[in-house]
Amino acid sequence: MKMATGIRDRVAIVGMGCSKFGERWSDNAEDLMLEAFSEALADAGIEKAQIEAAWLGVCLEENNVGKTSGPLAQGLRLPNIAVSRVENACATGTEALRGAVYAVASGAYDIALALGVEKLKDTGYGGLPGRTRGTVTDLWQPNGSAPGAFAQLASAYRSKYGIGAEDLKRAMAHVSVKSHDNATRNPKAHLRNRISIEDVLKAPMIADPLGLYDCCGVSDGAACAIVTTPEIARSLGKQDIITVKALQLAVSNGEEAQFHSWDGASIKTAQIASARAYAEARIKDPCKSIDLFEVHDCFSITELVLMENLGFSEPGRAPFDILDGRYDRTGAIPCQIDGGLKCFGHPIGASGLRMVYEVYLQVLGRAGERQLPKADLGMTQNLGGHPHQNVCAISIIGRLGA
Amino acid sequence: MRNSTNSAGTTGILGVGVYLPRLRLERAAVAAGHRWMAPALKGIARGTRTMANWDEDPITMAVQAGRAVLAWAKPEHVAALTLASTTLPFAERLNAAVVGSALALSDDCSTLDAGGSLRAGSSALLRALNSAAARTELIIGAERRIPKPASTGELLAGDGAAAVLVGPGEPIAMLRGAATAAADFVDHFRETGHTSDYGWEERWIRDEGYSKIVPGVVARALEAAGCAAGDIDHFVMPAALPRVNEAMAKKLGIRAEAVVDTLFEACGDTGCAHPLLMLAHALDRARPGQKLLVVQFGSGCDALVLETTERHVPATAPGWLDGGRNETNYLKYLSFTGQLELDWGMRAEMDNKTALSAAWRGERMVNGFVGGRCTQCGTVHFPSTRICVNPECGAIDTQQPHRLADEPARIRSYTCDWLSYRPSPPFLFGHVEFDSRARVLMEFTDAEPDELTVGTPLQMMFRIKEFDPLRGFRRYFWKAKPMRKAEGA
Repeated sequence: MKMATGIRDRVAIVGMGCSKFGERWSDNAEDLMLEAFSEALADAGIEKAQIEAAWLGVCLEENNVGKTSGPLAQGLRLPNIAVSRVENACATGTEALRGAVYAVASGAYDIALALGVEKLKDTGYGGLPGRTRGTVTDLWQPNGSAPGAFAQLASAYRSKYGIGAEDLKRAMAHVSVKSHDNATRNPKAHLRNRISIEDVLKAPMIADPLGLYDCCGVSDGAACAIVTTPEIARSLGKQDIITVKALQLAVSNGEEAQFHSWDGASIKTAQIASARAYAEARIKDPCKSIDLFEVHDCFSITELVLMENLGFSEPGRAPFDILDGRYDRTGAIPCQIDGGLKCFGHPIGASGLRMVYEVYLQVLGRAGERQLPKADLGMTQNLGGHPHQNVCAISIIGRLGA
Repeated sequence: MRNSTNSAGTTGILGVGVYLPRLRLERAAVAAGHRWMAPALKGIARGTRTMANWDEDPITMAVQAGRAVLAWAKPEHVAALTLASTTLPFAERLNAAVVGSALALSDDCSTLDAGGSLRAGSSALLRALNSAAARTELIIGAERRIPKPASTGELLAGDGAAAVLVGPGEPIAMLRGAATAAADFVDHFRETGHTSDYGWEERWIRDEGYSKIVPGVVARALEAAGCAAGDIDHFVMPAALPRVNEAMAKKLGIRAEAVVDTLFEACGDTGCAHPLLMLAHALDRARPGQKLLVVQFGSGCDALVLETTERHVPATAPGWLDGGRNETNYLKYLSFTGQLELDWGMRAEMDNKTALSAAWRGERMVNGFVGGRCTQCGTVHFPSTRICVNPECGAIDTQQPHRLADEPARIRSYTCDWLSYRPSPPFLFGHVEFDSRARVLMEFTDAEPDELTVGTPLQMMFRIKEFDPLRGFRRYFWKAKPMRKAEGA
């Protein structure tokens, strides 16, 4: 029996698109979907009719498009092809990509579409909408906000590593200042203003120690990818073939929440999924191989702990590496070069694909003002849920042969 | 008027427990809010009254008082539970059943809600002490009255609960005699569906009510006990009217120094709970072989003559009357009591409908805070699960019930969440680890943001988790309260 060897270089991305993210008051979800899809279709250089199957990622469907894959089929007038709707909380975008990539890898389809969309700004208030955590869970679990859930990381991190509240907050502030700087070079980003460390420190408190500038924006937006085999990509005339090197997903089974082994200061699933992804992509040392990465910076503290959990900083060293500028645009391994969730924005279903979009642009040298000098291999990390109970999706994307 | 007189029974008081909410509303703050229209309130605006937190009601306070007495007296079995209150949250849904379940009483416990007058607590106690059945009974009085703003009642009332455990064994006090009288003497009333009382003139209540109804009942109780008024060492009578206790003592021939402080100035009048609360306070101070007279007026009168035994020791936790936190924000009180509708924003609109079928499946889990301990590896889970979470174990269907309500715990992580809706922001919650190493994500209550640190010791409190205003329902669960020195930390 042949052992599975993973997805490395078996599927190519031939076209990507991403709408402008932001408060798209005048647009419906189908406007956002069409905006991203038109860009991707033109980029791929194919006809819509060549797409054989599609995956739609939407998370909070009750607040926007409703259930089923219908909104994608109708919005793009897809010719009665197979369309599936997937949802995995804030990791929904990567989930849609997994569906399309695996479909092509399986040989069932030649060309598939993954599209993530979220029309979030119809709730009437800022932040993510409050919602049930499940009929039984609601009986006992505190239904806190996302910032409240992620703020837990900060208190546990401080306790574990003995770092003072002010020192940690300063490193967190650097995370946000860096992302705002990066987003000024990204015309599609939701927030394109520069901010200072002082701005972050003085901002109103949302969930201690997370202030307003420690939290990402909530946006409307869509992003999509058209995937096929490297052979078909070549036949379409692509010179630079961008392939998927790894796609990994790790889901909490309740151990962090219930068992006594988790430190509360890390994302355990990110450690597991990234280790698997490096193996799948045959990367020995991510610090040496990865040219840029996009992480799920829903909050500054999330990005901070992920630097350690993904293997880029040693345990307890992330605040220092961050303050040293290691992950800045001009640092050793730029992180959130497009502004990240923090500033590009976070239309939930689209975010995972938006991350891949940035890596794709960078590797192809099409990132404009923010183009990095060297970008052969990039990584995305997309997180759904809360630190103690989540799904973590990772992709590694790069040049064929890299 | 119907009368009855009983001689002393054989059962006695095995223990008492009291719970007062942490918040103490300064009466001066209430009076200040009403100064423009009721300047005379200033005259009675001394001291503080207890104020239930937004997540407290007679059920949750009763649970705390019950836990206090059960922890002290440690009865093997409680055969009956009576929850006495005129302000129970549910007109239908046995309130005492929620309390019994939170106290982990066995389901063969005879459980009853009692109400209708401020005598509900004293009458339940009298009945239990008179009961011929050799069984252990728990009587809990709990009250959270919401008098009309600017009424004297608003300043006078307090929220709280007191519990008395009665039964065979080694009592700390015995009933020597008792008497009761029922009278449709309506000094105040509250029709079903109304929030606040309507009361008659105080002078009439004093002269025609207290003065004419109480002495006869007391006389019969003393006669049944075979003692004289002058023998009484502690005279307990929670009269809301000023100086009635002293006047009544004089009229009855009870020594002036025997009059027990009503505690109104410190905590307010806790209604049905108050005779039990004052009894607990008196028992704390009484010496062995002393006589106590407990009188409660209301739609008649109850009188109990008790005598402390040789075993008598202070039974309540020290400092139960102290250890509060003064509250000076009257608007907060109005909001907590539902008398002021504030703009809480759209996040408060979330529908908290409870699936009653799921609530029944999770009844022990939610009310009793019962998780599961894996008999194979010892891991304690909350909630209990079919498969053990320990990755080294993973055994299926090995978990035995494990109650976390009384187990010490500490904070592992925390936050003060200003974004989420809570009736008293911020929303404080975090990961908690129990001594058994069980971990639970929990809400903190009765806590200030600056009290939370990793490692802070916690005690568990039964509280309202969420209200469902659309359907008139509320659901309960346990929350973690930081332990402070005054509270035994």
